[in-house]
Amino acid sequence: MWPEIGYGILVIAFLVALYSVGAAVYGERKRSPAWIESARRAMLLLWPLITLGAATLIYMLLTDHYEVSFVYQVTSRSMPAYLKITAWWGGQAGSLVFWSWLMSAFASLVTLRKWDRDREFLPWVIVVTSITTAFFLGLVVFYENPFARFWQTVDGNVITSMWAPANTTLMVAQDGRGLNPLLRHPGMIIHPPMLYLGFVSFVIPYAFAMAALITGRTDDRWIRLTRRWTLWAWLFLSTGLVLGSRWAYDVLGWGGFWGWDPVEIAALMPWLTGTAFLHSVMIQEKRGLLKQWNMILVILTYALVIFGTFLTRSGVLSSVHAFAQSAIGPAFFAFIGATFITSIGLVIYRWPDLRGETELKSLLSREALFLLNNLLFMSVLVVCFWGVIFPLISELVTGQKVTVGPPFYNHATGPLFASLMLLMGVAPLSAWGKSTWQTLGRAIWKPALAALVVTALIFVYYTRLAIPLLGFYLVALVICVTVYEYWRGARARHRSKGENFFLAFGRLTARNPRRYGGYFVHISMMLMAVGIMGINMFQIDTQATVPVNGALKLGEYSVKYESIAQFDAADNRQVTRAVVGVYDDKGDYLGELHPRIDYYPDAQQNMTIPGERATLTDDLYVLLVDWQPATANGATFKIFVNPLVNWLWIGAIIFWIGALIAVLIPDREPERLAVPEAQRVPQPGVAD
Amino acid sequence: MGRSKFIVGGLVILAAVVYLIVSSTQANAEYFMTINELKSRGASIVGKNLRVSGAVVGDTIQYDANTLTLTFDVANVPGDNKEIDAQGGLAKVLHEAVADPNRTRIKVSYSGPKPDLLKDEAQAIMTGHLDSQGVFHADELLLKCPTKYQDAVPSQAAG
Repeated sequence: MWPEIGYGILVIAFLVALYSVGAAVYGERKRSPAWIESARRAMLLLWPLITLGAATLIYMLLTDHYEVSFVYQVTSRSMPAYLKITAWWGGQAGSLVFWSWLMSAFASLVTLRKWDRDREFLPWVIVVTSITTAFFLGLVVFYENPFARFWQTVDGNVITSMWAPANTTLMVAQDGRGLNPLLRHPGMIIHPPMLYLGFVSFVIPYAFAMAALITGRTDDRWIRLTRRWTLWAWLFLSTGLVLGSRWAYDVLGWGGFWGWDPVEIAALMPWLTGTAFLHSVMIQEKRGLLKQWNMILVILTYALVIFGTFLTRSGVLSSVHAFAQSAIGPAFFAFIGATFITSIGLVIYRWPDLRGETELKSLLSREALFLLNNLLFMSVLVVCFWGVIFPLISELVTGQKVTVGPPFYNHATGPLFASLMLLMGVAPLSAWGKSTWQTLGRAIWKPALAALVVTALIFVYYTRLAIPLLGFYLVALVICVTVYEYWRGARARHRSKGENFFLAFGRLTARNPRRYGGYFVHISMMLMAVGIMGINMFQIDTQATVPVNGALKLGEYSVKYESIAQFDAADNRQVTRAVVGVYDDKGDYLGELHPRIDYYPDAQQNMTIPGERATLTDDLYVLLVDWQPATANGATFKIFVNPLVNWLWIGAIIFWIGALIAVLIPDREPERLAVPEAQRVPQPGVAD
Repeated sequence: MGRSKFIVGGLVILAAVVYLIVSSTQANAEYFMTINELKSRGASIVGKNLRVSGAVVGDTIQYDANTLTLTFDVANVPGDNKEIDAQGGLAKVLHEAVADPNRTRIKVSYSGPKPDLLKDEAQAIMTGHLDSQGVFHADELLLKCPTKYQDAVPSQAAG
């Protein structure tokens, strides 16, 4: 009974979504507010409907309905209740329902706001969001039904189907296979929803962009309306990426956090276009430039969001994230192709209306540097996209499948990321409109010199290698410039208004949250860069088998094998846990670590969980590789020292502070800069 | 004048990106090969970056925990997913590859901790190079056990 109810609700939701698209288009053509209102109500009905459908699915996950294929695949009797709930997005069919659920929630939120000023956008926003929801519901209804059940034929074969085929009986499995142990980690429980929240929120700016193109109201109203959505989307997507990295570091046990896996790249690509978009919309708001470009960016982001969902969910690429192969590939391909071609067609149709209101004048002006920033983000995107599709292309052209791995991405993106860092240092000091080397030089020489001093210290005390030194110089430059800018702003307020420095900092930030939140984010990116450079350029490792009380040495650490124990954990894991003592090079005791191997009997799989000792200078990362019982050979350990890697996670925290400042503090509508005024040197503390 | 600066700047960036992509691709391309192809190409591919997939032959797994040296044989499986599906799915293909003594096999050598998923009839996806003795030296070793994760239908029925 429950599967029929759940499936029935999703079918109804699918039809309601289609109805709301039809009613919105019809109402718009006939200029009938009643039809548009009907479309809006239909769209508002989607979220409660999908919630009911999802609740049915969760109920079945919680109550061990192993006649349902999806429940069988992602849960088992021994899993705790919270994991059975999160198993909702642990498999393909469920995560498609999850996607539609989020999409309908966001669409409803958008529709509930006041529309008085923007009536003409409403039908088209409904059309775009409902088509997207209908697409994902359609995948669920026609291809990936989470309610499909097992049916046994007379000769013992098992068929998976929603409705009973002829001459079969319902088959209930005794126990499910259980969620992949890799996905039972807290990071993995939050990571997919965060990523999906990011993906889905980017649909909203896209919907408004399409509404602007169709209605011809191509001023920057659509950008102002969706500014906060874009920021939230970007915040969620970034959070998803960071959590995924942390999960990989803590669970996958290979000593790193980012492997340029195609699925990681799939999540990174919309982040790249989204970040470029965040920057270039400011140029449209302030100067009326880059309108065509912003449209293209938001369309690309939407296409990459759908493409990213497709890559993670279709099995087209082999990777640790991919689930089994499925039939939804062609459907995704058709949907991405149709929406992309339609959107680009609309941009071409409105191309003359999207011309800039002024022209770029100087290569060193703020707007030109922002454009350069966008081009660099696009270049990274092209590198990533090339890396993902290169195997397919080479196979088509030469018949030989060729692939590229992490070294390709590191080589090709390294110089691009370095250029982005340089821009992050220079751009905040450049002037709008027209800027010369002289004005820029006057603004930048102090922070540039301070960064040089920092780099000299790093040269003396830390490393003499050229490339890391260049990287550290850029980090120091950006941090010095940003702090200097912030300080100049606060000093200006301190002088003119007599506020003390703390108050001045606070008020400055509150007056222009996007700018100063952005500065926090820039600093956080630099801290992350320190962590990434540390682990990529200075990681060392060793491995050996040692007897009890034997020690391994690596860098300044000595790791002593003390004991090992086996026990069963509450959630049925069989744990083998080693105790190792950590000593520094003077022989002082620093503490103990517990690397372990967890064996999951239901999934018949091991997980190797490292023992980590985190400090600001490095991470000691100890893996228990293998062990012999009792007094035999001892145990085998693999040890990494990952220098500076914790700055990555510290950076992530600063990032959230900055992003929350930008997204939570209400921004005054910034007035457009007049051209003559724009030629002045930027005045910190003034909202520009 | 104003425009040409930007066009030149754009072209410089474009050229730089094309150069980065082409040079990085050439230096880091890995060739996907089946074990049959590996054997038939012989000396011409010694030393090149290769990516090879094969079925792990369980009886041949040897691990020296002191030197962390892992050796095992892999048997040829088709490189194409469609072909694998046509032959009855990955689990079946891997099983038959290991069971058939006439399949092409090569010896693999890997140094590092023994992966959790390394067992009989697992699919090994390896990057590395071939030496002149015909031993494949894997730098990276990915393993998949399809019997567990693609077995979408339960085998045991209950009342």
